[in-house]
Amino acid sequence: MSALASESFEPLVEVEGLTKTFDVSLPWLNRVVDRKPRQFVHAVDDVSFTIQRGTTLALVGESGCGKSTVARLLVGLYAPTRGRIVFGGVDATAVDARPRVMRRRMQMIFQDPYASLNPRWKVRDIVAEPLREHGLTEQGRTSGADREALLEAQVGELLGSVGLAAADADKFPHQFSGGQRQRISIARALATEPEFLVCDEPTSALDVSVQAQVLNIMKDLQTKQGLTYLFISHNLAVVRHVSDRVGVMYLGRVVEIADKAALFSRPHHPYTRMLLDAIPDIHMSGRARTPVQGEVPNPLHPPSGCTFHPRCPHANERCRVERPQLLSFGSTRAACHAVEEGRI
Amino acid sequence: MPDPLLDVRHLRVEFPTRRGTLVALDDVTFDIAPGEILGVVGESGAGKSLTGSAIIGLLDPPGRIAAGEIRFDGRRIDALPYEEMRKVRGRSIGAIFQDPLTSLDPLYTIGRQLTETIQTHLPVSAAEARQRAIRLLQETGIPAAEERLGQYPHQFSGGMRQRVVIALALAGEPRLIVADEPTTALDVSIQAQIIFLLKRLCREHGAAVMLVTHDMGVIAETCDRVAVMYAGRIVEIGPVAAVIHAPAHPYTAGLMGSIPAMDEDRPRLLQIDGAMPRLTAIPPGCAFNPRCVHAFDRCLVERPDLLPAGATRAACWLHAAPLRAAA
Repeated sequence: MSALASESFEPLVEVEGLTKTFDVSLPWLNRVVDRKPRQFVHAVDDVSFTIQRGTTLALVGESGCGKSTVARLLVGLYAPTRGRIVFGGVDATAVDARPRVMRRRMQMIFQDPYASLNPRWKVRDIVAEPLREHGLTEQGRTSGADREALLEAQVGELLGSVGLAAADADKFPHQFSGGQRQRISIARALATEPEFLVCDEPTSALDVSVQAQVLNIMKDLQTKQGLTYLFISHNLAVVRHVSDRVGVMYLGRVVEIADKAALFSRPHHPYTRMLLDAIPDIHMSGRARTPVQGEVPNPLHPPSGCTFHPRCPHANERCRVERPQLLSFGSTRAACHAVEEGRI
Repeated sequence: MPDPLLDVRHLRVEFPTRRGTLVALDDVTFDIAPGEILGVVGESGAGKSLTGSAIIGLLDPPGRIAAGEIRFDGRRIDALPYEEMRKVRGRSIGAIFQDPLTSLDPLYTIGRQLTETIQTHLPVSAAEARQRAIRLLQETGIPAAEERLGQYPHQFSGGMRQRVVIALALAGEPRLIVADEPTTALDVSIQAQIIFLLKRLCREHGAAVMLVTHDMGVIAETCDRVAVMYAGRIVEIGPVAAVIHAPAHPYTAGLMGSIPAMDEDRPRLLQIDGAMPRLTAIPPGCAFNPRCVHAFDRCLVERPDLLPAGATRAACWLHAAPLRAAA
């Protein structure tokens, strides 16, 4: 929880009706021969949320729920099919039309620190790339040597801010462990002094003790620099530790979004309850666990009505035909007929 | 205490390389009682999976058991010839691996793989084997088991495949199952189902389990005892509740503190600075000493063995008897 959260209520990121559809049709000839129609996956379907400046919104869900697609849409790695993204009051929906300065203000940290760093580049070049790319070293500097010295100092400072030594700039990525590599990713993301960091499962590939190191660094950076995070994870315990608000996604849609405290103490949506029940309890408080039913359906053929109905213990006829909308219940917003009708 | 089902003594696994011999497991000693569930936890590279592979005789060459012994039901199994070991594997010790897709043969139907396993290990007719296969699939909660027998692995979802792998592991009615990260590749909601299933089936079949995982939550919910591994050695072993609530080894304590909890709020997680040493650079003395906040002179030079520490046993000089510490 950052100090800034209580002071300002200015939204940094606003997302409205965001939708991304992928065409996964067979090649034209196969479609003609086998008489198969075109096929689409609705990876993200009508997702809306806002993130206040200096806070963390976490998106949780199981594989294939669309949480990573949302992350990629926000930073502009995908162009949305429909919907609006507003960043700092400026429309950022059209990826190509995003001003250069906006790209500087948002950065991304990827899941796999082994794949997201160029193995043939030294750490110095990896961290300095965004600086060069955005021309952040050129103000008032004329001579090349001068610029390189400044760059060197900036890289050293960035590495220091994530707990690495300035001397590490001369090494290659393979000389570092997974946790250290993820710190290099964070240093690279911080190079352009962004306001908004999109973190896609930043600790899932790491061991728990290393995960703790990375999560602590991320929290310290947020407190010091007032960063805003979108944190994607499937681990509810990690989400509970880092976030201010939590959105739960299922098959491309947000089924519940609420402040952290509300979501974890009084979950509304049956899917959220199921996820919370599924976490193995390290402290063995003797909580009665309902064994979770069923598996995530194929996103190519999502169920009718509420897509969660085949696994839901509270589903009725309405759930099978009518798709629920996100409605407010106190501070929580949930998309569930049973909650709306007061059945659960 | 009953005779242990599995008894591992001073196990040492080495990998000869061009640059010298790497000691991947060093002096690992533990046992598993019949019907008991022992968890083995640790971070990547700690040697937990290697311990499992050594027990089922599937060490990847050039890895080899250099010292120590493994006894199953009183009989030494660490130096058995290949064919003998094949009979032990499956019949006496079943195995479940992390990735269910690579554990199943994509070219054979589930039914064929199950009946083949059953007939290899048990003297039953083809019809009887088929009946058993159906029963196993039903027990693991696979709907329409009879039709599913004729299907191939790719027609099953991840969770269903892992159920098939569990059925395969149980097919030879083994008394011990070595499960190596059985839920790591699965989504959280499926994880809970599989752990629940594994626990119930092993109880019903009277099989003991060695559960290798990095997930402390899974250990807490499933196991009777837990062994914590670090840099190729067991640093602490004891009843699950004791290890979680009153860890005696500084590494275990750090590991527990670094896990975000669901029932308490902490502004920061406890962190253990540094990383686990590589096998080529294990420090002298206690391997944990460079990261340990309690380290003193003795830790730098002398390697601790497992010492009694409250309800658990920990390899840490903090728990040396005062007399020995003075001496």
